[in-house]
Amino acid sequence: MEKGLNITTEFTSGLQILFNNIKKHKVVLPETENPWTLGMLLFWIKDNILVDKDKCDLFMKGNTVRPGIIVAVNDQDWELLGDLKYCIKNNDNITFISTLHGG
Amino acid sequence: MNNDEEISLLSAEIALLNVELNKKYALLKKKQKQCLTKLDINRYSRQIILPEIGVEGQKKLKTASVLIIGVGGLGCPSSMYLASAGVGTIGLVDYDEVELSNLHRQLLHAQCNVGMRKVESGKLSLNRMNEDVNIVVHDVQLDGHNSLDIFKQYDVIIDASDNLVTRYIINDTCVKAGKPLVSGSAIHCDGQLTVYNYKGSVCFRCLHPKPQSPETVGNCASVGVLGPVPGVIGVLQAMETIKIIVDHPNVLHNSLLLYDGVDCEFKKIKLTNVKRNGCICTKNPEDITITMDYEEFCGSKANDKFKTLNLLKENERITVLDLNELISKKNPFLMIDVRKKVEYDMCHLPFSINIQLSDLKSKDTRSKLIEKINSFSNMTPNLITICRRGNDSQRAVDELKKYTEITDNVKWIKDVIGGLHEWSMQVDENFPIY
Repeated sequence: MEKGLNITTEFTSGLQILFNNIKKHKVVLPETENPWTLGMLLFWIKDNILVDKDKCDLFMKGNTVRPGIIVAVNDQDWELLGDLKYCIKNNDNITFISTLHGG
Repeated sequence: MNNDEEISLLSAEIALLNVELNKKYALLKKKQKQCLTKLDINRYSRQIILPEIGVEGQKKLKTASVLIIGVGGLGCPSSMYLASAGVGTIGLVDYDEVELSNLHRQLLHAQCNVGMRKVESGKLSLNRMNEDVNIVVHDVQLDGHNSLDIFKQYDVIIDASDNLVTRYIINDTCVKAGKPLVSGSAIHCDGQLTVYNYKGSVCFRCLHPKPQSPETVGNCASVGVLGPVPGVIGVLQAMETIKIIVDHPNVLHNSLLLYDGVDCEFKKIKLTNVKRNGCICTKNPEDITITMDYEEFCGSKANDKFKTLNLLKENERITVLDLNELISKKNPFLMIDVRKKVEYDMCHLPFSINIQLSDLKSKDTRSKLIEKINSFSNMTPNLITICRRGNDSQRAVDELKKYTEITDNVKWIKDVIGGLHEWSMQVDENFPIY
């Protein structure tokens, strides 16, 4: 048995283009001393699933997501849950949504 | 009293009576608007019999006014459903003309109306569907100076615009004027729907206090959009607007609805119901100003039109006429079309090869390019880049000049000003524009 956290990360509304056009990624977060937070997850995504590292600024700015990306945990805006500080639980579904402005 | 005096007295009396008569007409019209005529009942019977609407709901629709900003992919379907549902007054805001490339998704505009003002084309079609609806046209580019006077005349505002700048202007004006905002957006195969500033809910700025940088914002002209996608979102905007007008309890509230057309998936994200600290929507309406420079704030323009870049020096560029001359003089050159493959497949110059801008970074691609350059046997060719309108071709020149193995083997590297668009305008009118 893997002792890490099993979670799904999802990239939608065009953001999947940064992730090989794959929307849903089932991933296992390795065991760590401190509990996994969303803040840690962002860097893990950058290092492990972001395809083109040159395009990191289309995903992150500083230690958080760039303006225009909404993060949801199990279909709830992360702002309801403490955003970067939220502690990830097993089987969480974490969705990254790029806000659209076209019409 | 002489005859002259009698005439002027009678005229004055008639004028007074006319004023009185007009007042009565206006009152009659107002009273008639508040009740449903025999034709209304017949026409709207299928929705009146719903408990969600009923006679009261239909009367509310008849007296309601809705403003739609943008008569495009979203504004067309939303206005069609609202006009057909019997909304009394619909305002249309747009500054643009109908273009051929609009027609696949903007179903209000007929082919014969290409070139017409969008608001006029929209009004014509909507009145053809329902002549009882009062269509008001606002043929303006919405900005922080004209928005408030327009918004004040309406009950519900629909954001069917196509750019970030206008979305901030619409939001701030709705907050100041206290109007509910039904916001939709669509691009590619994805759509989003939110209702802001409704019964204490958050506003667009609560969610987006900082504008995202322009390079992360796609638009329909460059990314593309499949017609039914804004269709779905526009129709949903009409639905939420009807629910707001009839005061239905289940209006999409503090939620963001996502539509993924590729996977046919809807997802509803629960948003925070707490207004962001210090956000514009926490202020008194009198203290809210909407005169900031929104374009500067966003770092982009209030439209989704093409922006021309000037990255290269003048002597690093050629015009389409120069290119035509090079061709006729049989000057040896290799032309790289740096657009996406699908665009190259749509149309390209017969002598060009296709290497996407992003692929120029790849060593493999470059060695193939060098092979091509060397195939010019004992002549040293020039290298010319071209794209749709002349921005990516400049980026390509900058990229190619980084590699000595390329610069050493060509005479010069230049791009074509205005790209294939300009080629079509000035040299070959049969070359497709998109």
